[in-house]
Amino acid sequence: MTLLQLSRIGKQFGGLCALSEVSLHIQKGEIYGLIGPNGAGKTTLFNIITGLYQASSGEFQFNGNNYHATQPHLLAKAGIARTFQNIRLFANLTALENVMIGRHVRTRAGVLGALLRDKKTLAEERAINARAHELLKYVDIPARTVAKHLSYGEQRRLEIARALATDPLLLALDEPAAGMNATETASLKALLQQIRDGGITLFLIEHDVKLILGLCDRVAVLDYGKKIAEGTPEAVRNDPAVIDAYLGHAHEP
Amino acid sequence: MQNAPEKRLHKLLHSRSFWVCALLLLPFATDALLGHGWVRILDFAMLYIMLALGLNIVIGYAGLLDLGYIAFFAVGAYCYALTGSPHLATAFPLSIEGGVHWPFWVVLPFAALLAGGFGILLGAPTLRLRGDYLAIVTLGFGEIIRIFLNNLNAPVNLTNGPQGISRIDPVSIANLHLNVTQPLFGMEIPSVHLYFYLFLSFTWLVILASKRLEKSRIGRAWMAIREDEIAAAAMGINTRNLKLLAFAMGAAFGGASGALFAGFQGFVSPESFSLMESIMILCMVVLGGMGNIAGVILGGVLLAILPEMLRHSVIPLQQGLFGKIIVDPESLRMLLFGGALIVMMLYRPAGLLPSRVRRRELGSDEMAEKP
Amino acid sequence: METFLQQLINGLVQGSVYALVALGYTMVYGILGLINFAHGEVVMIGAMLAISSLNVLLGNGVSPLLALPLCAVIAMLGCMALGYGIERIAYRPLRHAPRLAPLITAIGVSIVLQNLAMMIWGRDYLPFPKFFSNNPHSFGGVIISDIQLLIFVLALTLMGLLLLLVQRTRLGRAMRAVAENQQAALLMGVDINRVISLTFMLGSALAALAGIMVSANYGLAHYYMGFLLGLKAFTAAVLGGIGNLKGAMLGGLVLGLIESLGAGYIGDLSGGFFGSNYQDVFAFFILIAVLVFRPSGLLGERIAERA
Repeated sequence: MTLLQLSRIGKQFGGLCALSEVSLHIQKGEIYGLIGPNGAGKTTLFNIITGLYQASSGEFQFNGNNYHATQPHLLAKAGIARTFQNIRLFANLTALENVMIGRHVRTRAGVLGALLRDKKTLAEERAINARAHELLKYVDIPARTVAKHLSYGEQRRLEIARALATDPLLLALDEPAAGMNATETASLKALLQQIRDGGITLFLIEHDVKLILGLCDRVAVLDYGKKIAEGTPEAVRNDPAVIDAYLGHAHEP
Repeated sequence: MQNAPEKRLHKLLHSRSFWVCALLLLPFATDALLGHGWVRILDFAMLYIMLALGLNIVIGYAGLLDLGYIAFFAVGAYCYALTGSPHLATAFPLSIEGGVHWPFWVVLPFAALLAGGFGILLGAPTLRLRGDYLAIVTLGFGEIIRIFLNNLNAPVNLTNGPQGISRIDPVSIANLHLNVTQPLFGMEIPSVHLYFYLFLSFTWLVILASKRLEKSRIGRAWMAIREDEIAAAAMGINTRNLKLLAFAMGAAFGGASGALFAGFQGFVSPESFSLMESIMILCMVVLGGMGNIAGVILGGVLLAILPEMLRHSVIPLQQGLFGKIIVDPESLRMLLFGGALIVMMLYRPAGLLPSRVRRRELGSDEMAEKP
Repeated sequence: METFLQQLINGLVQGSVYALVALGYTMVYGILGLINFAHGEVVMIGAMLAISSLNVLLGNGVSPLLALPLCAVIAMLGCMALGYGIERIAYRPLRHAPRLAPLITAIGVSIVLQNLAMMIWGRDYLPFPKFFSNNPHSFGGVIISDIQLLIFVLALTLMGLLLLLVQRTRLGRAMRAVAENQQAALLMGVDINRVISLTFMLGSALAALAGIMVSANYGLAHYYMGFLLGLKAFTAAVLGGIGNLKGAMLGGLVLGLIESLGAGYIGDLSGGFFGSNYQDVFAFFILIAVLVFRPSGLLGERIAERA
């Protein structure tokens, strides 16, 4: 079943064409990777999928509904959760609070509930707390530590836990392995596989081609804002257009 | 290891009944030691604490800089003044003879709602933009409201212009008139004491509301917006609506405090709502520590009492030294406020109360763990 | 028709002053992405310094023709020092702090300046010394005074010079580079701190001249004059598109026109309900309207909503 369907997506910044006619679809339950040389338009596409940018043209279907030109908070509600390349945690809040905020979109209590603390609100609050603790255990992070005091690897995992708290159908990761050493990358890979086994679809852009090829079910390659290849890691690795794009630019692995 | 008396003191300071007794006795003790005037100052300090706590929701929780907060206070105050005085009846011959005189429990929520409504009107266009636009729009609004209050006396006399509105009803709750001395258990309780208790209970309510909001789904969303708006939106938080909510709630608290102020004073005029008052309340929040309830209360108490201290020390001091007054206490006070804003932001952005308090708060997620 | 022309001219004169002040806001915003809340007070201090030095100079028998440029230089130097100080105290230490922090320190600086001015110059209006006959010229019933003429011509000249400076000089190029991308400018060897300081000083020098113009036009100065003037000039900057120099100039002139025409006609338009005492309110409603309908302003392309 198709979870995400992009048809002929284009994006212009002023006179600059960052993406043109990019079409791709992501199946439910798969790990889908997006690679490409610097400036190929990966981040632009990522930001369109997560609602931060709006596409200039094209169709955007998620879980059977149209989401053209919408806002990030609506996409989160629809089931797309994301992490950021340069980690954006709520730095002065605890790990627990960070994950609890992730539950916001799946809970309902309003001002009245907060002020009156009625039974329903208290029960919801308990559930939020329990789920947050559960997720923190899952990624192995101490609940009471303030986010900015966590180590780099822990901050990355906390961001994933926070995203998982929104009960996403699709988890979008923006260069999750950036700045990680080999051991950290290996444990990240294990974590991502575990998340997929839990039934969540993954979409990631990544510079670490080895990680992408070892992890993803399908991979797409962008170059100069166009999709030049798509398929299994094996097929993409041997695609002459891809080799050309990478070797032609020379500065990328 | 603590020794026994210290332990006892520690226990005393943390017992609720001790604080309740102390606060109940405070006006009597102040009256006996410093005189009647100081009880009045205490009353104003309570009003300021309420205002500072309201502004704390906007600045401390949601991270929105509101520089015209006093305007919402003014809306509340004029709301109470117009409904609780004969002014409307004299200005509009058609309305009810002698004014409408709504009961306290009607005016108070009405004032809060009206101020909150103004907050939404002002916030809706500006909150989707960056924070500094909000700052300057609120700064302008604070001044504009004063221009309207000063000029809406002609051709229709709504506000009575610079003279302001007088003969406002005192606060009366179920036939208990707070403007006269009331007998209780054979004691005479003067009016200023009664107002102190009224303001104390409202302050307590505002503190309770602030605490509950802070540890709620809404409060967490506000703090997420304060920390990182883009990440907050990516988590599914409707940042615009929640910012508007924080702004309107702060305004509503300001409006309610304004109504209390009008009832207490019996008189309102535009000059009570100058930019400097907004700055003073901002200063309370910054000085005590943005987002920290105990800190904001401390800031409110310090800054409400400081001008009185200055008045009592600066004038005699200068007269003794120079034989005349060179610097008047009013401008010295503002100079100190401005200086405090700069120094605090540069050297102690988290406020006067040490972060230990914040850490202790972080250590307990009480609401969820013990229902 | 005569009223209309008269208001048109008053509006253009007032608007050219707004434009000069708005340039200060827009330059700082372009470079730092922050509003300099203390800028209005710089205008006020400029006016105060000029009046004080004029009084001293004229009192010592300096000829008015020499005294006027001298007092302008003194006010400009004073305000440039002030602008430099504001940046050093309120903005530089907090360049990487949360956004709220520099806004709050700038408000603090503004309050301090206002109250210092009140202590030094008093609470009362300070008259601008009358030393040359302010000849009114009449053109078919429309009156323009010497001072108004001088203000308008001088303001336009200054704006032209500023545009030349930004587009043609090394400093201007550095300013544009820093506004575009601080990191990249740094890598290219631009001394960012120096450029930012110079930007504040340049804006403050214009503010000083604007202060002299306002006080000469109205014949007085006051410690509180910077607040509303600053607010209006900021509105002018937003109206034109904040961060855009030509926008600030256009915004200033347009705002001046709207204000004076509005004040002239509001009575008729509202059936006598509102009088010209609401003149100060226009700017505010224009600000709100621009923010609602066109946050990027008349000439602005850069979107105000930046992460």
